[in-house]
Formats: sequence, C-alpha cells, structure tokens
Amino acid sequence: MVKIHERKFVSADPDKCVGCQVCEYICSWTKEKTFNPLKSRIRVVRLNPLVNISITCRLCEDPPCVAACPRDALTQSEENGTIIVDADKCNGCGWCIEACDYGAISLHPEKKVVFVCDLCKDKPDGPQCVKWCPEEALELVTADILAQKARITATKKLFQEALKEATQTT
Amino acid sequence: MYGYAGKILHIDLTTGKTYTEPLNEDYAKKYIGGIGLGMRLWLENAKAGVDPFSPENPLVLATGPTSGTVWPTGGNGHAFVAKSPQSYGIGESKSHGSFGTELKRAGYDAVIFHGKAEKPVYVWIDDDSVQILDASHIWGKSPAETEDIIKEELGDYYIRVAAIGPAGEKLVRIACIINEKSRAAGRCGMGAVMGSKNLKAIAVRGTNDVTVAKPDEFLEFVKEFHERMKGPATKKYRTLGTPENVLVHNALHCMPTRNYNNAHFEAAEKVSGELLNEKYVAKIIGCSSCAMRCEHTCVVTEGPYKGAMARVEYEPLWAMGPYCGIDRLDAIIKGSELCNYYGMDSISAGVIVGFAMDCYENGILTSKDLEGLEARFGNHEALVKLIEKMGKREGIGDVLAEGVKFAAEKIGKGAEKLAQHIKGVEVTGYDLRCLKTAALGFAVSFRGADHNRHGAYAFDVKGKVNRLKAEKGRGKMVKDIEDVYTIIDSLIICKFSRGTYYNEFEDLAKLYTLVTGFETSPEEMRLKGERINNLARVINVREGLSRKDDTLPYKVMHMPIPDEGPAKGAYVSQEELDLLLDDYYEARGWTKDGVPTPEKLKALNMDDLTSIVEAKI
Repeated sequence: MVKIHERKFVSADPDKCVGCQVCEYICSWTKEKTFNPLKSRIRVVRLNPLVNISITCRLCEDPPCVAACPRDALTQSEENGTIIVDADKCNGCGWCIEACDYGAISLHPEKKVVFVCDLCKDKPDGPQCVKWCPEEALELVTADILAQKARITATKKLFQEALKEATQTT
Repeated sequence: MYGYAGKILHIDLTTGKTYTEPLNEDYAKKYIGGIGLGMRLWLENAKAGVDPFSPENPLVLATGPTSGTVWPTGGNGHAFVAKSPQSYGIGESKSHGSFGTELKRAGYDAVIFHGKAEKPVYVWIDDDSVQILDASHIWGKSPAETEDIIKEELGDYYIRVAAIGPAGEKLVRIACIINEKSRAAGRCGMGAVMGSKNLKAIAVRGTNDVTVAKPDEFLEFVKEFHERMKGPATKKYRTLGTPENVLVHNALHCMPTRNYNNAHFEAAEKVSGELLNEKYVAKIIGCSSCAMRCEHTCVVTEGPYKGAMARVEYEPLWAMGPYCGIDRLDAIIKGSELCNYYGMDSISAGVIVGFAMDCYENGILTSKDLEGLEARFGNHEALVKLIEKMGKREGIGDVLAEGVKFAAEKIGKGAEKLAQHIKGVEVTGYDLRCLKTAALGFAVSFRGADHNRHGAYAFDVKGKVNRLKAEKGRGKMVKDIEDVYTIIDSLIICKFSRGTYYNEFEDLAKLYTLVTGFETSPEEMRLKGERINNLARVINVREGLSRKDDTLPYKVMHMPIPDEGPAKGAYVSQEELDLLLDDYYEARGWTKDGVPTPEKLKALNMDDLTSIVEAKI
C-alpha cells in the first residue's frame, strides 16, 4: 500500500478557488462525455459569495467509506490510495456517502451506483480538473506539501512588510 | 438538438395549468436564444398594447444555446423578457451565476409565465415535474432569505432560485429579479412584472445532460478562450473591475455628477476603484463555467455601515456615489446591499435618489415632503433612507418607486426637467453631452437608457472618434456594435468577455456552430444580430414607440457641461440628435420615423412580421 505521506490527492486552495465549476464540467466530460455537474467527481460548494471551495476525495488512511460498505464494494488502491468501486457489488445504499466527511462520494444519477475521484487514472497527464482550473486553484498534492505551503503562506503574511522592503532594496 | 434543450415550458399562473411545446427550430436558428428567442416568444404570446402589469403580459425566462455547457461565461446566463413597466416597450434583462445552467439541465430553453396567481406562489421546476406552491410565508422576504427558505423546505441545497424582493411585490417599477442572492436581472423592471403575477420565486433543479454537437473541437475552442481570458482583453475585470472607470471617466469629464449638474466629481478619488479594491474588496469570485472572474465582493468592516456586504460595479457605484454627490464608499456598499435586499436595480435606485436630491435643492421637494430628510447632494444618510423608503413604497418612496419619469409627472413643478431618463428608464454612468456616439446609442436603445445595448461609449472614451462631434457615420458604428451585442445577449455570453472574441462574428459563428451543429457563417451570424435588433424594434413599433421616443434627457439637450475642462460647454442639440437619428435609421434601412420597412424585414427572413410594420407606415 502506498504510504500516506506519498499519497497525492486533488486539493483546492480556498484563497484561489472562485467557485466557477469549470472542474465539475471538465470532470463530467472526462468521465462521462457530458456536461453535468451531477456526474462530476469534484463538487463546488458556495455558502456565500465569500466562501467557495471545490471538494473531492482526500484518499484517507483507513478510509471510513470502505469500512462502511456492507457489501465490500469499496476498496482502496494499493498503488495510489484511490477508492475503487466495484459496480457489480454496489447497490447504491449510500452508507459510504454518509461515512465520508467531505461529501466526496456521490450516487450516480442514472447508474444507481456510487462514484468517486480516481485521479483520472486513464489520463497520462493526470487529473483533468487540475489541468483545466482557470485560477490554478487545484493541485495534485500530498498532505506534507500542503502543510509546507500553509507554513510558507502564513510566514509571508506575518512578514509582509519586511518582504516588501527586502524586494524593494534588491 | 445540441446546445438547446428543445423544449419550451408554459406555466399559466391563473389556471395552474402547465404544458410544454417543442422548441421551434426556425426560431432557434433565427433568434439564437436568450433575449432574441425570448422577445420572439413574447411577441407571439402577448397582444398589442398590453399593460405591463396586466396578467396578459407574459414573463419569458430564456436560456441560450451555450447555457449549461462549459463555454467560458456562456455556460451560465439567463434572460427575462416582458413588456417593461418603465418604457412600455420591450423590456429585457440578463443575469449570470448558475441559475441558467440549472434550467437548461431541467430541460427547457425557455419558460413562459402567463396570467396571475390568485395569491403569492413560487414555482418549483424539478426536471419534468412542475409545481406551483404557496409562497404566503415568504412574501415580504428578501431574495436571499427567500432562497434559503425554499432550499430548506425543498430539502436540496444545490437547487437554484431566482426571486423578487419586497420591491417586486409592491410593483416598484425598478424592481429586479435576483438569483443566487447577489446576481440581478436588473434593468427595465422585470421584477415588478413578476410581482404583478404574484410570483415570488422560481426554484429549479435540473439533472439532465447538456451536450454539444462537436465536443472535441468545442473543448479545444474553450481551452483557447481560457488562454485569451488570461490576457489583456479581460484584465480590467479581473483586477480593479469596472470601478476603474471612476477616475477614467472623471478625467474625461464624462461622469454625470449630482443629477447631471456636473460632468466631473471633485471627490472622485474618495470613490475610486483603486480605493474600493484597497479598502473594501474581500474576494473576487466567478460565475459557473467562467474562466475570468469579476465579481468584486465588498465588505464594510468599520463605521456606521459595518457589516454591509455587496458586489460592487462601476454603474451602481457611480449612481449612488457621484450622481448623488456622495463620496463615501461604505455608504455606497450599504446602498447596494439594500437594493439587493429589496430587489431593486441599483443603477436606477441611485439615479432616482440623485433626482430627488436635485428636486430638494431646487425647492421642488421640501424636507416636509421627505418626512424630515435634508436630502442635499452628498447626504449619505438620505441615500440610505430614500432607498429603504422606495423598497417599502413608504412616504415619498411611494412616488419615487415609480421611477424618475412617472415620479416627476406626479411631483410636477418642473421636476420633469430634472428627470434624467430615456423611454422611462433611468440614465447610466456616461455623460451623453460629451459622448455623442454613446448619445445616439442611448437614444435608440430598445430598452431605454442603457450602455449595455451597444457599448458605443467605447468609441468616444477611447478616442476613436471626436466625442464632442455629431457627424454622419456614427449611425453605422452604433448599428454594427448593436448587432454584436444582441448576439452576446442571445447566446448568452458575458459582455465582460466581449474583448476575447478577437475575430468577432467569425468567433461567434464558430461557437454557435460547434455548440448547436447548425453550420453558420460569420455573415449569417451577423444577420442574426441584425435580425434581433429589428425584432425588438418591431415590438416597440407595435407597442406605439417611434422616433419621438428616441430622444435624450432634458439636461443632455439643454444644460451644457459647466465644468472647466475638456468638455466644457458640450451638450446635444436637437439638430445634432436629428442628424444622428437620420444617419442611424438610414444605416438600419428604416423609415425616417424609425420603423423597419417590410423590405428590410423580408431581407432578414422576417416575412411573418411585416404586417406589424405595414400598419405603421
């Protein structure tokens, strides 16, 4: 099993995400050859104009969705940590949907089985949402890299003035 | 069909009956969608001379062929069309966000609301299921509150809602229809028409797929436009936003100030786009499928208006700021928030307050008439109070809620000369005295005073013509750009993205072809734009409008710009206006009275409408 530190997932930067839904359209196109957010593996949430983010599978360690499935339809990929849905076993009961803290699993509007981000495993250039995001808000990252970035952002904010002076003098 | 859903939904609010009809493919090809299709459907569903507030005035809600696709800015629009209670001609207004995409996925290119419900209702369109539900418990609420309540009671937080506020319910003539809490189909009083039908809100859930004719080429074109949108053509909207215009217009002395008493605002620095961004913009967000982002969401963090939040663009900022002599951005943000709360067009609301202040300064309205308000120019408290009064139709607000044209008629005492409107619709933030191409565009605009029917101000502001001169040739310039703008509003794409269509009709035709599969040449696309402008004119002619209505506000024609500077002394004389109108009508192939000729209509394949104009020639 791929180690948790090496597991890459798609994450949206809340400061950059504007809630434009391009990721939803591109995901539904890539996976289902149609434009329909209901068939997207990544979904946008806009609570109010200031609060926007798109959310998809975080590839959890010991994923609660896998544990919740009474029919053993869900497994976690040894290779990259994505959740694999066995469409023959899944009956769309929704236990995994309830178990997921992020709302990353959805019930397919027509097929009546659940679906979840597979990091566009068939695409050589990786997740298409990341490729298309006009704001470059989406990234394929590990948790460690996210932590690094958060620390750098926080430090920049803290030393905003000092950095400005430093760049002006150089 | 590709792009199109292929279906029109009729909802009769009087009888509660609903039915669908297939989309007429001929209409789709001729009038595209959005305002084009909407106006054509309105025309055949409304009798000539219908009163805007009559149940017989249908309210048409239309999407465009690109709605629901990932076309940048195109995926997200919708349009409302009805006879306007301001102009008594055709009214139309667009909004963006995500509402239009949902309606397309629900399976409709257009929804036509007929009749009038006996009591307040809202309509719940859930794919094929259409229900008319009681709205008595949400009557009186703001559009945002309405949206929350409806989502809660229908139990789905992803449904989209377009609603009117208290102003629409009370038939305030500048009432708008707001979707997703902050996006407005603002102009022409479409919210008042909705209110006259006792229709509080439209809730939509759509689960169907939207497909395009040539998906691979389409996506390549999308990618190209994503790149174009990162370039210079959209930089303004992504950075400072349209409030950048404040200092630009002020430097040119083309920013109407204090109800057109000036064309230059001495305190412009205090309401500049630069300052707005520095102090108040909390986040810039985007619509569904958009690859630029423009929505500058502002928050006031201190002072008397602490907590106010609204999206701010140049026009409302100008209307509630310089036009009222107000130099406080926090008050402008509060004013915008109140307009969203009551559901009113914030441009018209600001212009009406400026008008009321001018009346006060001239002794036409007294402090007694205004219930103790000292409505001097620059009094921000008066701005906030007057907006509230209008939204509630309370006291003087009941008169002002009629819009400047009808309010001035009621007030009398020469107030008509202070009422700055065209065809009953309040002016916008371009001083027409010194922007003469724009003056023509505003005068002939089929929905009344408006910059968004033509964008002709760009020739003047960018110095492509002598803006102080009225001359032959401007007619064709206005006609040409109008023909682009009707296509934009019919597809529906966003005007902020117009600069990315480098090859204009070629790009627009390619987009239309890839989405719908109807092979369309650039020239055919141009003809669609021209056809839609003729359609609007035919409707206005049928409703009794003519050359006499293609005019300019009193001050534009009688009060030369007094400010020392580049535009001093400028105004538009009757001779100049006549020259411009003659030139425009000629370019359009219309009669001297501005009526499309039967020959012109036939040339545009509009033979079915010639009888309307024949009666007027």
